[in-house]
Amino acid sequence: MKPFPELNGRVAPLDRANVDTDAIIPKQFLKSIKRSGFGPNLFDEWRYTDHGEPGQDCANRPKNPDFVLNQPRYEGAQILLTRDNFGCGSSREHAPWALEDYGFRVLIGPSFADIFFNNCFKNGLLPIVLPAPEIDELFRQCEATDGYRLKVDLAAQTITRPDGKTIAFDVDPFRKECLLNGWDDIGLTLRHADRIRAFEEKRRADHPYYFVA
Amino acid sequence: MEAQTLYEKLWSSHVVHQEADGTALIYIDRHLIHEVTSPQAFEGLKLAGRKPWRVSSIVATADHNTPTDHWERGILDPVSRQQVETLDANIREVGALAYFPFRDARQGIVHVIGPENGATLPGMTVVCGDSHTSTHGAFACLAHGIGTSEVEHVLATQCLLQKRSKTMLVRVDGELGCGVSAKDIALAIIGRIGTAGGTGYAIEFGGSAIRALSMEGRMTICNMAIEAGARAGLVAVDQTTIDYLRDKPLAPKGEAWDQAVDYWRTLKTDEGAKFDRTVELDAAQIQPQVTWGTSPEMVETVSGRVPDPASVADPVRREGIERALKYMGLAPNTPISEIPVDQVFIGSCTNSRIEDLREAASVAKGRSKAPSVKRVLVVPGSGLVKRQAEAEGLHEVFLAAGFEWREPGCSMCLAMNADRLEPGEHCASTSNRNFEGRQGAGGRTHLVSPAMAAAAAVTGHFVDVRELA
Repeated sequence: MKPFPELNGRVAPLDRANVDTDAIIPKQFLKSIKRSGFGPNLFDEWRYTDHGEPGQDCANRPKNPDFVLNQPRYEGAQILLTRDNFGCGSSREHAPWALEDYGFRVLIGPSFADIFFNNCFKNGLLPIVLPAPEIDELFRQCEATDGYRLKVDLAAQTITRPDGKTIAFDVDPFRKECLLNGWDDIGLTLRHADRIRAFEEKRRADHPYYFVA
Repeated sequence: MEAQTLYEKLWSSHVVHQEADGTALIYIDRHLIHEVTSPQAFEGLKLAGRKPWRVSSIVATADHNTPTDHWERGILDPVSRQQVETLDANIREVGALAYFPFRDARQGIVHVIGPENGATLPGMTVVCGDSHTSTHGAFACLAHGIGTSEVEHVLATQCLLQKRSKTMLVRVDGELGCGVSAKDIALAIIGRIGTAGGTGYAIEFGGSAIRALSMEGRMTICNMAIEAGARAGLVAVDQTTIDYLRDKPLAPKGEAWDQAVDYWRTLKTDEGAKFDRTVELDAAQIQPQVTWGTSPEMVETVSGRVPDPASVADPVRREGIERALKYMGLAPNTPISEIPVDQVFIGSCTNSRIEDLREAASVAKGRSKAPSVKRVLVVPGSGLVKRQAEAEGLHEVFLAAGFEWREPGCSMCLAMNADRLEPGEHCASTSNRNFEGRQGAGGRTHLVSPAMAAAAAVTGHFVDVRELA
């Protein structure tokens, strides 16, 4: 995983609640056995007016001009502003893979679905939860200002608006360290291999019926 | 000792190590694997030069991409075939406690085959790269869906990094009315607390109406815990749990069984234990449910009407309803019973077990598919469910009614295989998600119970199944 950089990125507003992972990346693209290349199919059914299939060249597909990411003012956005319960539904990690592949590094919303939230951190994506009034204000500013950008400083846990206001956000200390350093958490867990083995041996002794081989 | 909830018992019995900020390393007993969310995990493991920690924790099957007819032809879609063959190759290389590949007699939906083979046992932690892993909580397991990176993490370390969830008790007391089933309870709960109501919680389902349910019914409810935002659903162990598991192929036998049952009987919330939140429902008040929109919380009773967004004050909610009605092609205030149905899907990890098929067959018996209904798919959850249903003659009831009797798999719940809706079609579906495009691009899904799906199939629109009796 790439270390998470300090970021001053363009913001795109996706003004709807309960955006599910089926919408983020439709099922036909889940047949891929790769981890990369999902960006062109991010929000496929909203982004294009035709039906997408895996393996297609998306460059010449008809785009839906009403969809927010197709508007030139939001081109190259790295920060996605969302509403409640973003990422609900399926556990597919293809959803953060697609967001990351498209170019997003930060998602800001009032709430995220649990599994999706967790999956983001494994892929260098930072989901930030802010109170609803802060989100409302960000939507207002973003929609009113062409080329609206936000500065996100993970180390300091702050977002800075163009008007200079700084908003603090919470993040798990452990997840923050992993993101900042780009650590592989399997490697971190395996530092506890002796503990895992000891736990397993005790469990096997206490509950042998869970260890049928 | 302080009174503990079932969740707290399961959590504390699996903590290997805890960091100062509360992040814990949790030991995983059972790792269920399917073809869609595992290839990148196996690849990552290999690229890092790592080996699976405990192969005997793995139970695998192919279910999402597999066709439900003409198995003799194999998998025609080359991309789907490659994904299934990749799973075959990975399991061949790595091994597993059990593997039920495409066309195996015990193949089926991962959340159906786990329990019916006794691979899911009370007191376990169970994970799978699939959000509906919450299903297994019906057996008092701590079970939840994970992403592919976590699949790789569990393969490599037998552990997951987790934070403890908050606890919610959903208590459903009283007796369910005739024609009302576990699915209606699940949808009524989601209608009450919303699709984000359970976010951050593990939900324990309790109360006399839950105790009265079969294991199949309890699985239906825990299955949909994720649709309420909760990663895990739970039901305490009782005699119903133990009777279900006795003699299952992978369940313990003899002395080991007795030892296990002694432990399993402790897997319930202690008297006086505190939950962070409690929600109560009266079972007698629950009516047959039908979703009208594009989120499972957009649900009404069959006698109700589609809402009118004009009467909703909150702008985000109002726009959500307007967008959903436009997608669903429904006018505000339409009676639910006037929504016509083009296709019917009876299946999925929510409702494809033997009891679900019996429920649907009891409505279909002696009736026929309405001429306006294009197709009724009945897709059993596994090869074992299929055989049981055929032994009971249920397939003949379905076939006589003009329904199609298919091979097991996930099928039109998510339409990764060839079973799907055409744009604009309305479907009465026993599955779990009515998201835009879920059952096929432009398809319009209405979530219902198996009995309500069969009732829609024979009448061509939604109807209170109790009126058909």
